[in-house]
Amino acid sequence: MSEVVRIAIVGSGPSGLSAAAHAAAKGLSHVLLEKTDHLSDTIFRYQKGKHVMATPSQLVLRSDCDFAAGKRETILKQWNEDAAKAGVNVRYNSEVKAITGAKGDFTLTLANNDTVRAENVVLAIGTQGNPNLMRCEGAPLPHVQYQLDDPAEYIDEHIFVFGGGDAGIENALGLCADQAQGNVVTLVNRSADFARAKDANVKGIMQARDTGRMTILTETTPSLIETGWITVETPQGTARHKCDRIIARMGSNPPRKFVEAAGIAFTSDAPSAFPQLSPTFEGTAPGIYVIGALAGYPLIKHCMNQGHDVVEYICGATDLKPADEPILEAKLAHLPGKLSVADWLEFLRSRVEILYGLSSLQMREFLLDSEVKAFRKGEVIFERNGVGSSLFGIAQGSVLVEVDPKDPKITVPIPAGSIFGEVGLISGRRRGATIRAGEDCIVVEIPRTGALKLMAQVAEARETVNRITTERQILQIFKSGLTPADLAEVLPEAQTMEVKAGQPIMSEGDEGDDLFIIRSGSMIVEKMVGGKNVFLSYVPAGSYSGEMALLDGGRRTATVKAAIRSQVVRLPGEPFRRLLEKKPALLKRMREEVASRRKVNAFVEEQKDSFGGVVDMYSSVASFLIDQGLGEATDVLLIDESLCVGCDNCEKACADSHEGLSRLNREAGKTYAQIHVPTSCRHCEHPYCMTDCPPNAIQRGPDGEVFISDACIGCGNCQRNCPYDVIQMDKPPPEKPGLMAWMLFGMGPGPGEPDKAWREKQPKAKVEKGKVAIKCDMCIGKAGGPACVRACPTGAAIRVSPEEFLSVALLERG
Amino acid sequence: MAAARGKTQRRRTATHESFLRHGRFLFLRAALILCAAAITAYILQKPIPRPSGGTALGYVLGTIGALLIVWLALLGIRKRAITAGHYSLKAWVSAHVYLGLSLIVVATLHTGFQFGWNVHTLAYGLMLLVIVSGAIGVWAYATLPRTLSDNRGETTRKQMLAQIASLDEQILEAAQPLSRQNADIVRLSLEETDLGGGFWRRLLARYGDCANGQALSKIGGALRGASGPEAVALAKVEDLMQRKAEALALARRQMHITAMLEAWLFVHVPATFALLAALTAHIVSVFLYW
Ligand SMILES: Cc1cc2nc3c(=O)[nH]c(=O)nc-3n(C[C@H](O)[C@H](O)[C@H](O)COP(=O)(O)OP(=O)(O)OC[C@H]3O[C@@H](n4cnc5c(N)ncnc54)[C@H](O)[C@@H]3O)c2cc1C
Ligand code: HEM
Ligand code: SF4
Ligand code: SF4
Ligand code: SF4
Repeated sequence: MSEVVRIAIVGSGPSGLSAAAHAAAKGLSHVLLEKTDHLSDTIFRYQKGKHVMATPSQLVLRSDCDFAAGKRETILKQWNEDAAKAGVNVRYNSEVKAITGAKGDFTLTLANNDTVRAENVVLAIGTQGNPNLMRCEGAPLPHVQYQLDDPAEYIDEHIFVFGGGDAGIENALGLCADQAQGNVVTLVNRSADFARAKDANVKGIMQARDTGRMTILTETTPSLIETGWITVETPQGTARHKCDRIIARMGSNPPRKFVEAAGIAFTSDAPSAFPQLSPTFEGTAPGIYVIGALAGYPLIKHCMNQGHDVVEYICGATDLKPADEPILEAKLAHLPGKLSVADWLEFLRSRVEILYGLSSLQMREFLLDSEVKAFRKGEVIFERNGVGSSLFGIAQGSVLVEVDPKDPKITVPIPAGSIFGEVGLISGRRRGATIRAGEDCIVVEIPRTGALKLMAQVAEARETVNRITTERQILQIFKSGLTPADLAEVLPEAQTMEVKAGQPIMSEGDEGDDLFIIRSGSMIVEKMVGGKNVFLSYVPAGSYSGEMALLDGGRRTATVKAAIRSQVVRLPGEPFRRLLEKKPALLKRMREEVASRRKVNAFVEEQKDSFGGVVDMYSSVASFLIDQGLGEATDVLLIDESLCVGCDNCEKACADSHEGLSRLNREAGKTYAQIHVPTSCRHCEHPYCMTDCPPNAIQRGPDGEVFISDACIGCGNCQRNCPYDVIQMDKPPPEKPGLMAWMLFGMGPGPGEPDKAWREKQPKAKVEKGKVAIKCDMCIGKAGGPACVRACPTGAAIRVSPEEFLSVALLERG
Repeated sequence: MAAARGKTQRRRTATHESFLRHGRFLFLRAALILCAAAITAYILQKPIPRPSGGTALGYVLGTIGALLIVWLALLGIRKRAITAGHYSLKAWVSAHVYLGLSLIVVATLHTGFQFGWNVHTLAYGLMLLVIVSGAIGVWAYATLPRTLSDNRGETTRKQMLAQIASLDEQILEAAQPLSRQNADIVRLSLEETDLGGGFWRRLLARYGDCANGQALSKIGGALRGASGPEAVALAKVEDLMQRKAEALALARRQMHITAMLEAWLFVHVPATFALLAALTAHIVSVFLYW
């Protein structure tokens, strides 16, 4: 093939397809190269009948293909028709393996070694990557598959699932869930344990094995695949088994290597980094454009708009107003001084220090997530102890920090250009001080995810935030009227360290007088008493440790180790001691702190002498709770099983306050010494569920609750990312008759989550809703607080925060 | 974003305190004061002609008692109406228990110790029945939860049922090679085993006639006379049935304890309805025959 097309588009997802359709509509010579034998593989692989959502709803669609919320099948059919109508030139089964050449003449090499030549290349390959393939003889046979759409599809088969991660385990469990299907399921793992999988999943397969529903082969690899049979190498030797189907879920290879090989640089080494792009989506190799999920825009609507826009840019358009213009306009409309969107963007970018390094494209995207707000002099921006993890940048004016809770008149100013709110960003804990506008000011509020993305993409932003946060956090922890100048001697020697869960930052009996500031995560303090490790206390983020040896000299009196993965700042003892000499107020404050910590230690030790058993219990309950995720929780539901009568009123109350679905599974979960941690959200300090939510639907509420907004598109990422298995995908049941109708006339299913049978009998709603992610939102917005606790008749259900609960109170419980 | 505005004022925490100790025995203290006041008033009064529901104090105590009873009965609604505002069912139950017990004093003094075979004494009797059953309930709530928790460990009800279902399936599979006669024994276990049974059965935990148990002993007998592949299969079935017996025992114990936690309510609640009816009759008749 020697013809050189104007644009070669790689990948036919919503972004690539939309680009091709627009190129076709403009009459440009083009080719759309697709790896599989159908369009849009990512969406093709959604679960059958999945409801696809079209968010953000305010965003107008600018594409030659149609798209509205609806069933997967409808959308795929629509796109097939659109592609045909527009005259898109698609080449299926054409996986691009390499891209060489330069702008004007690129050569794309396909898997079958064919080549395609093009002036420009649009990479729209999404982020799914390629599944790792089976390598043994027989692997290309058709009964070897790399995905499982619907476990209910298979009956009476001998099925082997390869892969010890969550994907493989969930497939295997799905296949043997319904005994009536009669499948004989074997799960094969290369290593001896299932270290990469979630706890609940591992428990699930162990139980399936113990009840004979599944066979598990560990340290086993396949050696030969034949129709109807498989041969595997086990530690006991070679074995041949009946096998009708093989499902291989051995992870996948992200597309980054391929993209980098084409000459496109990424913003950083972090796995979450995106390619570095110009405002016209051009990468660091001229002539190669990147759009869609790979460019960092996972929502279908964004993808399609970019497909359209990129073709316009390639044709030389310069005055194209991005499709998000109306959204930004609306966002900025309330601000004083009527500037255009572009002027506002430039205003913010050039004035807020952490935004200096952003391109205008990045600036737009950034602003879509953020809010710009104007405050009058004296207005409160946020309050001490408020919950919020967003970061603020000051574009104009200055703000005042009320450093002394007792006297709001004592303030420290933060000037224009700088940031504030950064401590919540790092540690996810409550705000440490009230902040007011010092004069009329304009600030930009960046949600935590947006700020993290910014830090991942722009090195300058990362450094600035880190420098300022360390300094401020130290000032905040020690208070006592310290100013940044006082820290001048201490800070340069400060060292930020990552600590893994369980790793000690100091050990009992060691020499050392460094002070540690816990920036994120949390620590537990332990001491050997009477030959046993006893839990002394819990140190949350935003606090410090190591002060005893610093003040009084001598060896470390206890071991301090990370409860969860944490970040600490190590301040060397010498310069800090000099600081203490200069600042008697600080010294006094620390002495008081030491005295109160001493008291707790002494109390525990004293109890140990007289009631050894009680302290052992306290110690082991504390470590049980840390194991259950309390160390990273902000608010957990616990059930004191010595009081729980099993009435399930908590679950019913949860369902009745949340559209009929309970977000709590009381019985499931671990129990120790009658303290039960049910399967329910822990409202983690750094929620794992938030990490990869395409529409950014997971947020933190005013009381610290992690909740999922209506923007959820039901992709299931959060469910996979939550290590505590507390998110379910479901759709709300039909509305049921009221309480009185049930009590007096027996109408409807009564309080609590209606059962399946009742749900199925109800007439179908006209507009069918898709399944969305459902989890505890701590009854956000309800004046009475969490319904589970309110509705428990015996006081068994309590909600606790780790600082409160992992304290002497637990010991005194007896 | 509201997040920037600081903490909302909603209540989140509940102290770790059982319903009996709620608010450091707040309602126990309230109930004791109520009783003390009623007794003092009773002793100090100069009733004409003699203490009864018809005296001034009688009316006061009667009104208090009737209102208390109605309020106590409303617990059934409070428990199920999950409103958004602040309330604590634990506090309600705490008050229910102590103020309910104080009725013994309030209502008895209201009668002035005049009993007879009439609707008035019927109401009084029913009230005592409700109270006594309530007291049994408190005993159950205070003592059984630990047993319930220890019995199930970390196993959920769903898992218990799944375990039994899965054992059934394995038994069926293992029974394939068995002779007709022995297969019938297996069928006994698979088809006739009754997991929980009715309420009484669960409450009394009478499972002596369990089909799986019978099958197990018959299999034991068959095994002694068998040999070859039949014996191998029988041994496997016996082992599985043994495991099923253990799984059944676990689930049944759980149902037994749950039944004990609920049994008293089957007296408490119907008797409450009867009491409300009798109370209405009592009040109506008193005013009719004034
Ligand atoms: C389960 C799930 C549910 C979701 N639900 C929604 C939703 O409801 N609403 C929403 O807006 N978003 C949703 N998303 C997100 C959305 O589907 C994706 O972000 C979007 O499809 C990305 O589009 P894309 O064009 O960038 O890439 P993709 O859609 O991933 O398409 C990439 C295409 O490129 C092909 N390809 C890859 N490599 C090569 C190669 N080397 N050569 C040739 N072809 C190649 C692939 O086969 C594929 O067809 C969901 C995602 C998931 C996983
Ligand atoms: C005349 C007095 C009383 C009346 C009318 C009354 C009525 C009720 C009613 C209607 C319920 C709700 C049951 C349900 O719906 O599940 C209830 C529950 C209960 N009652 Fe009483 N009761 C009375 C006295 C008492 C007393 C004296 C005690 C204790 C000593 C008591 C202990 C309880 C307990 C423990 C519950 C269960 C609470 C729960 O699990 O939600 N009651 N009562
Ligand atoms: S409401 Fe309380 S007593 Fe009832 S099941 Fe829940 S925790 Fe147990
Ligand atoms: S859903 Fe899971 S990850 Fe998210 S906050 Fe709750 S427990 Fe943490
Ligand atoms: S909330 Fe969960 S399921 Fe919903 S869009 Fe976000 S990650 Fe996907």
